[in-house]
Parts: sequence; structure tokens; C-alpha cells
Amino acid sequence: MTVFPILSAVTFLPLLGALAILLFVSGGEDNVRGNRLAQIVALGVSLATLALSFVMLHRFDPANTGFQLVERFVWIPSFNIAYIKGIDGISVWFVMISTILTPLCLLSSISGVKKRIKEFMIALLVLETMMIGMFTALDFVLFYLFFEGVLLPMFLIIGVWGGEKRTYAAYKFFLYTFLGSVLMLVAIFAMVLHVGTTDMTAMMGGKFPKEMAVWLWLAFFASFAVKTPMWPFHTWLPYAHVEAPTAGSVILAGVLLKMGGYGFIRIAIQMLPEASKHFAPLMIGLSLVGIIYASLVALAQTDMKKLIAYSSVAHMGYVTLGIFSFNQQGWDGAMMVMLSHSFVASALFLCVGVVYDRMHTREIARYGGMATNMPRYAVVFMVFMLASIGLPGTSGFVGEFLSMQGAFLANSWFGLLSALGMILGAAYMLWLYRRLFYGALVKDDVRAMKDLSVREIAVFAPMLILVLWIGIYPAAFRNVYAPSLEKALLDFQTQSQGTQHD
Amino acid sequence: MINSQSLMVAMPEIEVAVVGLVSLVAAAACGARVTRHIGLLAIAAFALAGGTLFCPERLSHLLNGAMPVFAFGTQFVDDGFARFVKAIILAASSLSILLSWSAFEKDGDARPEYPVLILFATLGMMLMVSASDLLALYVGLELQSLSLYVLAAFKRDDARSSEAGLKYFVLGALSSGILLYGISLLYGFAGTTDFVSLAFSLRDQAHAHPGIVVGMVFVCAALAFKVSGVPFHMWAPDVYEGAPTPVTAFFASAPKLAALALLTRFLLEPMSGLTAQWHQVIVFISIASMLWGAFAGLAQTNVKRLLAYSSITTIGYLLVGLVVGGKSGVQAILIYFTIYALNTLGAFAVLLCLRRGGKAVEAITDFSGLSKTNPVIALAMTVLMFSLAGVPPLAGFFGKYFMFLAAVKAGLLPLAIIGVLSSVVAAFYYLRIIKVMYFDELVGALDPLPDWGVKAVLGLSSLAMIGITLAPSPLIEGALKAARGLLG
Repeated sequence: MTVFPILSAVTFLPLLGALAILLFVSGGEDNVRGNRLAQIVALGVSLATLALSFVMLHRFDPANTGFQLVERFVWIPSFNIAYIKGIDGISVWFVMISTILTPLCLLSSISGVKKRIKEFMIALLVLETMMIGMFTALDFVLFYLFFEGVLLPMFLIIGVWGGEKRTYAAYKFFLYTFLGSVLMLVAIFAMVLHVGTTDMTAMMGGKFPKEMAVWLWLAFFASFAVKTPMWPFHTWLPYAHVEAPTAGSVILAGVLLKMGGYGFIRIAIQMLPEASKHFAPLMIGLSLVGIIYASLVALAQTDMKKLIAYSSVAHMGYVTLGIFSFNQQGWDGAMMVMLSHSFVASALFLCVGVVYDRMHTREIARYGGMATNMPRYAVVFMVFMLASIGLPGTSGFVGEFLSMQGAFLANSWFGLLSALGMILGAAYMLWLYRRLFYGALVKDDVRAMKDLSVREIAVFAPMLILVLWIGIYPAAFRNVYAPSLEKALLDFQTQSQGTQHD
Repeated sequence: MINSQSLMVAMPEIEVAVVGLVSLVAAAACGARVTRHIGLLAIAAFALAGGTLFCPERLSHLLNGAMPVFAFGTQFVDDGFARFVKAIILAASSLSILLSWSAFEKDGDARPEYPVLILFATLGMMLMVSASDLLALYVGLELQSLSLYVLAAFKRDDARSSEAGLKYFVLGALSSGILLYGISLLYGFAGTTDFVSLAFSLRDQAHAHPGIVVGMVFVCAALAFKVSGVPFHMWAPDVYEGAPTPVTAFFASAPKLAALALLTRFLLEPMSGLTAQWHQVIVFISIASMLWGAFAGLAQTNVKRLLAYSSITTIGYLLVGLVVGGKSGVQAILIYFTIYALNTLGAFAVLLCLRRGGKAVEAITDFSGLSKTNPVIALAMTVLMFSLAGVPPLAGFFGKYFMFLAAVKAGLLPLAIIGVLSSVVAAFYYLRIIKVMYFDELVGALDPLPDWGVKAVLGLSSLAMIGITLAPSPLIEGALKAARGLLG
């Protein structure tokens, strides 16, 4: 292997950065220089990772539907466990999302995180390694390692830097997802023993007998439904989002939730096609309930972060709805919703962070009339708010439209019900905007807030560009994943059809 | 009966015994000031014994270690399994001596009897691991147990330590009695005490007289007491709490492994014909231990008691491997235990760092804010606790991975599911320590840290939790070789 192992480099560069900070930077509450150095190193490392990930994107050939840039090393020979990494069109964007969001989080945390700055930088960099590792892993043990490894830094991020009820939120987050994952682990055992290797590519294509596949599917469902999260397994999310620091919420919404959607495509669909078809009614039912229920709950929230958290649950409902509609529109929609939600929900959490850093409250009622004194902020917030609603021209529209179209093709009632979610989405988002930005500017502390700083604009600018870019010219993004996704759909249809005739 | 071949087979044990006797005399002659020297001597003896164990010269006398070799008639056996387990025991004993110095010195309890007792306990454990006869089994077990009773009561002026020693002794004596009764039943109904003949006469279930089954169950119960499997676990939390912390660290590592290895050999060799009978017993102990250890641990406020419950849960997982049986089961046991022993020794090393105002503190709340005053120790403890909880990518995950993989492979899906679910419950109490260290406010600065011995153990074990993930193959291959040594 003379080729530069770029996937490993992208994965482990942040970890090396974290190690460097741990060993060579002296932290401490009052150590201003040390903390500043930690921030600079972390930002530098994450930007270098971003640059590397662009090299990866450049080397990636969208026309090739197989796994690319594959790296393979023997790890535990006697158990046939290998270190295998590779990306295809489905995973490549998730890696990019991780590498794009991390530097933005680091940048935004400069004003938000005031204590244990060095440790926070380390935790975020470790988290980045785990996320990228998970999306590029092609060996089941490796996959599980990173999938679970995410919990470690996230538990600490919520628990150490979180809000008042952070302990409860951190526990709930950890134990809930851990419970789902261990069941997945047992399913992995069964699959590994059935196939005889832990290589994930060897498991694709419906190799499991139906009775077995049904149980395996349920075990994976336990894990991914919690992670996505789907109603009624979503209850950890509002707490985790509300209590996490801004950067934690951003990563949670931007990347961690996508692990569920990615898992559904990569494992449930590609490895257990028949069982996926079998459980499609359940998935669609839960998705529809999730979309409508979460939207209604969002209407009733008084806490900004909780509102956005529930909107996340609704948006992820579109993802699972699209996936389990089993048509090109639905799958395209699912991918697009995930892409768009990564930037839109993250940006909305960052927006909340902007005022939270100034006022230290997330109560919607504490604000009002900010359009007067913070016009730039009002514009930025408006764009992301409209993208969340799914206004044409923004990223949100493309995904939700396609996802609903997919659902409509599967069954017109599904399309109708999911459209209800879009209306409700417009309702809670516009209402939120009205309460925050319009009305009279009566509160003194709100009046005293300054508009966005240059650093904050630097955080939002790339996200604004991405959101509009996806909205106006989605083909630029679609072209990268489309061949792989179309191939996966074709495989899925033949596999789940072929066995139906048996 | 005693020939040079036998002496060659038992050479490591002989070395430990000789050093033990020499240091006993030295300890009696020189008193407390030679505590560290004798400790170092004991570690050297363990290193020597470990070297001898795998010395090619010795192995070349023993059919190159390919087959089990007996000594002293059929009392004693040396095979790949025994060598692997002994290596772990020797390492764990050495680390326990390193852990002991600074804590005992600060409390004014530094006495050279400690390394001497560890030497004899280790000798007993080595005999247990190699026992191939019910009599050798009993002698080894008693040598070990007597040393452990004294160790538990090592702080003779401390009421809790004396209580722990007494409690351990009374219950231990009871279990020894049960063991002897079981042995006598086995001897009475099978007519032999050596493992090979027992296996031969029990190879066919039709010959299994109920008396033999009862005897076997008694031996299982006694050994379950030694490994603290539910429902024979009651002593563990009290003794763990009362015994001096270095002694508790030792209890949690080497003796557990010795008793487990003995149980493994006993059930898979002489009792392999009665698999259907002992399966029920071990399955029950396994499930009960996993669940009780996980749930009862939730209510603990003392870290040593917590670690006792953690060890009870662990025994539950390890017994899953025994139920699985075969090479994959034994391999999983050995992988899991090696990781667990290192892991738990590291956790006790952290506990030994926790002193405030000249006194050792051991409540969970005493960890509060540790990440502020001692970030390195807090980080190490975080790694160790996540590893105990079995969260990847740390080594503890691999222990569970291979264990439950073997269970699913053997069709023991319910055991695997109970196992992973109980590990979620147990994760709660490991997380609590991390939570207290990172989320809670500081209760006060620690005393200066202990000497290099504790730090070395702490560094070694926390780095091993990461290192084993990076290069797991040596451990896995070694465990496989050991399992082949036991089962051919």
C-alpha cells in the first residue's frame, strides 16, 4: 500500500491534536495563555482536518458506486477482525459535515465556554475522531467501537459544560443510547457468526434468513431509533439538547442524529433488506407520528433550545419516512433532509448560543424586539428559520419536498399526513421568530445586547452559503451521492423482490 | 515418586516457596525496616518464577509444552492453561506489592509480613491452578486462603480490618468444610481423587451416582464462594470494605483468577461427563451474579464496596464463558480476566491516591472535583471506569465482546442478552464516579500523592486499557494457546 491512507488521516488527526493539547498545553482556570493556545491548536487541527477532508472529497469518484479509498489492515487475525475503512457516496457527506461543523463549534465556543477550556477542546477533537471514524468504518467491530466511542466525550461535554440539569441529561443520554447499542452488539455477534467475518461489505445483500433477519433488524432498530431519534424513543433528546453547551448541541444535531439515519441505510437497508421491507409499515407509522407529534410539542415550548430539539425530532421523521418509502425520491429526500438539517439545526443552535452567551437564558419570553437592535442577527436567524420551515430556495425545501414526494408515491395518505408536519413547522418557527424579534424592544437587557461580532459572522457565513447553495443548486451535492444511492436502491429492490417470490 | 522430572515441572512453585521461606526468616530477623527490600525480593521471585514458567530449557523437558505434563504422580499438572493463568497471577501479585508500600507506610502498618504473606498466597494460587487431584486442590486452596485471612486483618489495630479478617475466616472456613465434604463424597462414590481417573469414570452419565452430583455441587458451591458468585457473595462487600486497600486490590485480582481457573479445570476436565448437571448450577450463579452485582451496586456509597459489586458482576460474565465451555469459552474467560485484573488494580491504585488530612478516604463523594485538583488521576480513573463499564474503544469492551460472542456462538442468547443489559445497569455506577469527578464541586485538596509504586500501577493499567485496543492480538493469541493447553 503506497497510497496515502487519507481516511485514517482524516479520522485520527483530531485525536493527535487532542493528545498534543493534553500533553503539551498547560490548562487551568486562570491560565489565559494556555487556554488561548489550546483554542488555537484545536482550531488549527480541525481546520487541517477540514482541508484533508476536502482532499478526500476531491479524490472521491462519485461515478464509482463501490467503496473507495479503502484501507485494510489485519487487526485481530484469529477472529477475522480487520481494520477496514472506506467511503461511498452515502457516507462521504457525513464525513464532510463532521469536519465542517467541528471548527465552527470550536470557533463558537470561544465565547460560550468559560471553564476548563483546554479540556473542552480535547473533548471536541476526540468527538470528531469518533464521528469520522464511525462514518468511514467498514468493519463491524470498528464501527461499533466508534459508534459507542461517541458517548464518552459527549457524556462529558453535556455533564461538565452543560446547564443546570446537566447531570440528569448526561445520564439519560448515555444510558439510553448505551441500552440501544448493546442490543445492537448482540445482533452484530449473530451476524458475524453467520457470515464468519466482521467485514461489513461481506454482509450486504440479504445474506440472512428471514426469521433471523427480523430479530437482527429489531436489535438494530433499538439502537438507531434511539439515536435518530424516532418517536417514542426521543425523550433523551430534548434534555440533552437543552442542557448541552452550544457546541455540544450543534454536534448532537448536526452529526450524532445522522448516525441513526446512516445506520438505517447502511445496516438495516443494505444488510437486512427483507426485514426492512417487513417493518416498513412500523417505520412509516412511527415517522408520521413523530413528525406530527413533535411539531405539536414544539408549538408549546417556552425554551428556545427545546423548541429546536423537537423540530429536530420532526425533521428526522422525514428522514426515516423517506428511507422507508423505498423509492428514489424518498431516498434522495432522506439524504437531503439529513444534509440540510445538519447545517440548519446546527445554525439555529448557534443562533440560540449567540443570545444565550449574552443573556444566559433560553426563555423565549425573556426576549423580544431584537430586530431593532440586532438587525444582522435577525437576518441570519431568519434565513435559517426559513430553511428549517422548508422555504423554496433554501436547503430545507429540497429534502422535505423530495421526502414527501416519496411518501406520496408510496401512499398518498403518507404524503398528506407528512405535509401536515410542514404546516406545523411553519407555525412554530414563525411564531418563535415573532416572539424573539418583533414587538416592542422594552426589556433593557435585551436592548443592551450588541449585534453579531466578526467572529460570529465568520461562524455563520459558511453555513449561510451552504444552506443557500443546497437550496439553489442541490445537484452539486446530489451528484456526489446519487450514483451510490441509486445503486443501493436498485440492489435493495432486487433483493427484497427476489425473495418475495420464494 | 519424586523425580527430577517432577521437580522440573514444579520449578516455578519451588522457587516461590524457597524465596517465601527465606524472606520469612529475613522478616523475622530484621523487622519493619526491610519491608521494601522483601517486597522487591518477592517481586524478583515472581519475575523469576514467570521466567522459569516459559523458559525454553524447562519446556524442552516437558514435551515442549505441547501436552499437559504431570508431576508427583498425578497431583500436579503443567499445561498451557496453567502457565498463562500463573503468569497473570504472578503479575497481579507483583503489582499488589507495588501498591502496598506507601499506604502502609503512611498508616504506620508497614511490616515485612505483607510481602511474605503475598508470596505464600501466590504459591497457594499456583498450586490451585496446577492442581490435578482433589487433594492437591484442597492443599493449594487452603494455603492461599489462610494467607488471605491474615492479610484481610493486616491492620491489626483497626477494628474494621479485624472484622473483615474474622468474617472472611469464618465464612471461608465454612466453605472449606463444604469443599471437603464435597471432595469426600466424590471420593466415596467415584473411588478416586485424581482428575484424570475421575474424568474417565464419569465419562458416561449413566455412571453418575447422585452422590457424585451432590459432591460436585458442593465443590462448585465452595469455589463459588471463593470467586464471590451470587448467592455465595455476601462476604465480598464487607471484606473489600474492611480490608486495607492494597489487600483489597490483591483480593480482587489474583485469588479470584486462581479460584476461577480451578473451577474451570474442575468442571471442564473431571466433571466434563456431568456437563448437563453442572450447567444448571453455573448458569444460575452466572445470571444471579450479573444481575445482583449490577443492581445492588447502584446503592453503594463506598468505592471499595462498589468495586466489590463490580467484581461480582464480572464473575457473572466470566461464568458465562464457563457455561459456553470449549476453547472459545476458556479463551474468553482468560481474555476477560486479564483485562479485568489490570483494570481493577488500576482502580484501586486511584483509590490509594485518595488521602485527605493524612487519612485514606473512600466514599464516592470523596472523588468530587478531582478533575480540578488532579486532572491526570481523574483522566486515568475515567479511562478505567469507562473500561470497566465496557464502553468501546477501551479494553474492557473487548473482554465483553469475546465473552458474549462466544455465548451467542454457543446458542446461549438469553445469557448474552442478560449480560449486555446488566452491563448497562452497571454502567450507571461507573458513570457516577466519573460524574462526581467532573461535574461536582471540589471538596478539598488531596494529600501529596503516593510513591512511584502506585503511580506505576496506575499508569500501566490505564495505558493498558488503551494499548490492548490498539494491539489486542498477543493477548487473544495467548489466551487461545492457553485454552488449547487445557482442552487439547
